[in-house]
Amino acid sequence: MEDLIRLVPLIPMVPLLTFALIAIYVRRYHKLSSYLAVAAIFVAWALSMVIVFSAVARMPHFAEEPAVHLTLLSIPTGGTTLDIGVQIDPLTVALLFMVPTVCLMIFIYSTGYMKGDPRYSRFFAYICLFTTGMLGLVVADNLLLLFICWEVMGLCSYLLIGFWYEKPSAMWAGLKAFITTRIGDVLLMLGMVLLYTQTGALRFETVFTGVEHLAETNPTLMYVIALLVFGGAVGKSAQFPLHVWLPDAMEGPTPVSALIHAATMVAAGVFLVARMFPIFAVLEGMPALTWVAAIGAITAFFASTIAIAQDDIKRVLAYSTISQLGYMIMALGIGGFVAAVFHLITHAFFKALLFLGSGSVIHGVNTNDMMEMGGLRKKMPYTFWTFLIGMLALAGVPPLAGFWSKDEILAVAFDRNLVVWVMGTLAALITAFYMTRQVFLTFMGEPRNKEIHAHESPPSMYVPLIILAIGAVLVGLLGVPAEVPVLGPLLGNNPFHHFLAAQFSQWQYVHLPHVGFNPAVMLISIAMAGAGIGLGYLVYGRKPLQAGQPDPLMRLGAVWTLLRNKYYIDEIYRATVIRGTIGLAGVLFRFDQGIIDAIVNLIGKLTERWSYVSRLFDTYVIDGIVNGVGRVTSAVGEELRFIQTGRVQNYMVIVVISVVLLMGVFLYL
Amino acid sequence: MIPLSWYLIVSAILFCIGLYGALAHRNAIGILMGIELMLNAVNINLVAFWRYITPEVLTGQVFAIFVITVAAAEAAIGLALIISIFRNRETVIVEDVDMMKW
Repeated sequence: MEDLIRLVPLIPMVPLLTFALIAIYVRRYHKLSSYLAVAAIFVAWALSMVIVFSAVARMPHFAEEPAVHLTLLSIPTGGTTLDIGVQIDPLTVALLFMVPTVCLMIFIYSTGYMKGDPRYSRFFAYICLFTTGMLGLVVADNLLLLFICWEVMGLCSYLLIGFWYEKPSAMWAGLKAFITTRIGDVLLMLGMVLLYTQTGALRFETVFTGVEHLAETNPTLMYVIALLVFGGAVGKSAQFPLHVWLPDAMEGPTPVSALIHAATMVAAGVFLVARMFPIFAVLEGMPALTWVAAIGAITAFFASTIAIAQDDIKRVLAYSTISQLGYMIMALGIGGFVAAVFHLITHAFFKALLFLGSGSVIHGVNTNDMMEMGGLRKKMPYTFWTFLIGMLALAGVPPLAGFWSKDEILAVAFDRNLVVWVMGTLAALITAFYMTRQVFLTFMGEPRNKEIHAHESPPSMYVPLIILAIGAVLVGLLGVPAEVPVLGPLLGNNPFHHFLAAQFSQWQYVHLPHVGFNPAVMLISIAMAGAGIGLGYLVYGRKPLQAGQPDPLMRLGAVWTLLRNKYYIDEIYRATVIRGTIGLAGVLFRFDQGIIDAIVNLIGKLTERWSYVSRLFDTYVIDGIVNGVGRVTSAVGEELRFIQTGRVQNYMVIVVISVVLLMGVFLYL
Repeated sequence: MIPLSWYLIVSAILFCIGLYGALAHRNAIGILMGIELMLNAVNINLVAFWRYITPEVLTGQVFAIFVITVAAAEAAIGLALIISIFRNRETVIVEDVDMMKW
């Protein structure tokens, strides 16, 4: 492991170099660009797998020494040095398993999905950079490198969401994503700066040791720092109230949506909270974690309700992502660190699968509107079956991945905080319902728009779907609780939990709750999944929706309108924050014009006046002296030149007289 | 023995004659001759001072030989200049050769 860590910097470097290569040299050769990108991510994937398997082999040692470091760069900063490097610890390993795998599938899928796009090469260059950001973030051993990669992802999300910038809506969506996440980024940066001033370090281990002292001396500041760092995660992971950018991000190409929603961007926010978990846990009574749990639970519940009333196939999934991210944040907030990371990984697999599946549908029917679809089951069999697996995994049907991870979160919630548990369980019910609705509207019944002739996507698109579907089925088995009869012991007594629980063993103040297996919670969550799916079947499955028929849920009346309009949050923001910002900008503009510019102009005018005086002085005094010297010299010369008579004897007389005078001077003076 | 002052008086008279000749003659050759006289007056001084004041070292005599050498060179160059002027302007009267003024 200690030797293998030298490979770790290569994991983000390979896609980065490929990005440069494509952007600079092979832009014109579309096919070559895509092959290079896939090859690069394959290399990164292979390296990651080497790291993952050797880390698993090293597992017992993680309890004693959780992280292996490699310093790449030492920057002297006054008395101390700022070390930038990479590290391998259980959390990094867990993400190194998920991120490159999902990215590889998305890259392969993109070669088919983006075919024929005029900016094909550029797309692959961007997603390479995007992947670099995420991989760098995962392996970083300090906050600074993490933040740099975080910002690289922010930039790439802007570029990719607005990839089809000919569409004004895509352009605005890119802008919205960039600005909204930027609010979080600023908070994170403030938190980072405060941490650095207080602990004098940015490397995670040093920071975690330093905050223990800080929490004793200045708990208020510690609280503020924790909330600021969480603010970064709220922006990036699209948590309430900064979730508005994620649904609009659907304007980007679908592989990008998959990349943002599953493997990278939004995962980064959850990863940040997981990575910085000790700074939340260090305060007595964990007030910071309460906020985390509250925001997560609110987001999980409300986003899932919005998803019910959306017609755009990708928007449903977008709200579903927000809701599932809320789950993870909520899990972190109640101390379920392992559960949150577990859900992050399983979710990445089935959400990537669902997005790529929806992309395949869009590729086949050329519309995002589920009301136009229907009956695609027979025309797109691969897409249908893989999408169904993804949907069941998300709905939490055993034994698929989503079931195990969601259940672990709910088990922790039941143990720690009943309110959170109730909200999580309701969200699970609603999730099962809206996913059933989506599957029925898209694939079942008869085609509602007769003009659409759907076709199955090429193998480059459905093969990744199949692989991700296998992942969505199997990944959950890594974390089956040990107490589950038969399955638990058979699968190694929850290896994932054992592996990840060593993460914070170094810091005594971090108490990860060990929650036992709770059959009642598990049965309730199975019942919720069943109820959600059953309800979905009752509403949409029994009588498939016919063309032109309104959505049966419209009978909900005002509630439907409210959900349909996403609780009017966008409108509220437009009326308050955006209007306020623009108004403030107007005031500042007038301030600028009236006062700042006036002062600047005044200074300019005074300078001009002064320089006029200075010019006069120059012309008449300085130039006068210089010219005067010249003129006097020339006048004196004019007079003296008559001494020059040209007669040798005159000169001789002058010499003689001079000699005599000088003799007189020397003798008598 | 003849006192030193006698030599100095002779030399001073000789120098004054030479100076007068150099300043008063209109003929360039006369001026040259005047200068020659002044140089020789100096030579008398040098030798006389050597003999009366520092007879043990030969500085005075050596200096006199240098002066004679310089005087010879000077006379050669001076005569060459005068010949050159005469060829161009057919005169050796210095008052007529006064183009180099103002």
